[in-house]
Amino acid sequence: MPFYLEIIICVSLLIGGIFLLIGSYGLARLPDIYMRLHSPTKASTLGITGVLVASMIFQSHLKGFLSIQEFLITLFLLITAPVAANMIAKTALHYRTKPLEKTQNQELMETIRNRETPNQSHDQQ
Amino acid sequence: MLKITITIVAVCICIALILNLWRLLKGPTISDRILALDTMYINAIALILLYGIYVESALYFEAALLIAMLGFVSTAALCKYLLRGDIIE
Amino acid sequence: MKLFPMPFHSLLLFVVWLLLNNSISAGHMVLAVFFAITIPLLVNSMRDEHPKILKPWLAIRYILMVLKDILTANVEVALLIIGPIKKLTPGFVAIPINIDSDLGITILASTVSLTPGTVSAEVSKDKAWLYVHSLHLDDEAELIKSVKQRYEKPIKEIFGC
Repeated sequence: MPFYLEIIICVSLLIGGIFLLIGSYGLARLPDIYMRLHSPTKASTLGITGVLVASMIFQSHLKGFLSIQEFLITLFLLITAPVAANMIAKTALHYRTKPLEKTQNQELMETIRNRETPNQSHDQQ
Repeated sequence: MLKITITIVAVCICIALILNLWRLLKGPTISDRILALDTMYINAIALILLYGIYVESALYFEAALLIAMLGFVSTAALCKYLLRGDIIE
Repeated sequence: MKLFPMPFHSLLLFVVWLLLNNSISAGHMVLAVFFAITIPLLVNSMRDEHPKILKPWLAIRYILMVLKDILTANVEVALLIIGPIKKLTPGFVAIPINIDSDLGITILASTVSLTPGTVSAEVSKDKAWLYVHSLHLDDEAELIKSVKQRYEKPIKEIFGC
C-alpha cells in the first residue's frame, strides 16, 4: 500500500476513534438526559463517518476499484440519528424526567409534553 | 503503521463501549438506557468495520449495514412502545 | 399509465442497488433498471402527497451547507463536552415556524438536530412551533433568528410552501 494512502487512512481512523470516544465520554459524563442526547447524536455521527471513510479508502485499494458502498451506512446514520434523538427526547418528556436545576425555560416542559402552543409571555419575538 | 493505528482506535472504541455499558447499567431513567443502547450499536458498527480493515476482508460491510438498520428500528420500537404504553398520546 | 410515476425514487433505487452490490456490471445494471421500474409501479398507490422540489440547485446547495455545518457542529459540541460542565447553560427554546408540509418540518427538525448545540424535541399540534433543547444557550433571540434565517428560509424556497 502506498505510504500516502496509509497516512490518510490512519488520520481518518484516529479522528473517528477520538470522536466516538468523546461521544461516549459525554454520554457518561453529562448530568441530565437532555444534555446527554447531544453527545451521541453529534460526536458519534462524525466518529462513525471517519471510520467509514477509512474503510472506504482501504476497500477501494484492496479491490482495485472505487468502492463507495460504505457511503450507504453514512447516509443511513445521518438520516436516522436525528430521528432517534427526537424519539428519545419525546420519551424523556413523556416520563417527565427532571432536567438540570439551571436549565432555562423549564416552565416550557409541560407545554412541550402536551404539544401545545407556548404562551405569548414565553416567546421573545 | 496501520496495524498500530487500528490497535489504538480499537482501544478507544472499547473504552467507549465500556462507558456506554456503564450508562446502560446506571440509568437512572429508561430513556438513558435507550440512549446508551443507541450509542452502543453505533460503536459496534465502528468496531466491526475496523475488524474488516484488520483482516483485509470486505465481508463485514453487510454485517455493519444490518446492525445499522436493526439498531435504528429497535430504538424506534422501544421509544414507541414506551410512548404508547400510556393512554395519553 | 406512466412508466416512471416516481422518477426521483426510481433513480434512488437504481443507485442504491448498484451500491449494495458494489458493482456496475451489465447484469446488475439490468436488474437495477428492473427494480427501478417495477417497485415504483407497485407502491405508487400507497404514497402520501409530498410537495415537489421546486429548486433542485438550491436543494443541493442546502445539503452542502448542512454538511459543512455538521462538521463545525461536531467539533463545537465535542469541545463543549470535554470542557467544564459547570459553565454550560442548557435550556429549552420555542421556535416559531411557518412551513406547511410535514416533509419540510421533518427536514428542518433533522437539520436542527444535527447542527450546533440543539436537538429538536417536539412540534406543537398546530405545526406552528418547533421546540428545541440547546446544550449551551447564550442568546435565545439570536438562536431563533439564526435557525429561521439559515435553515427555514431555504427549505421554504425549495418546497415553495
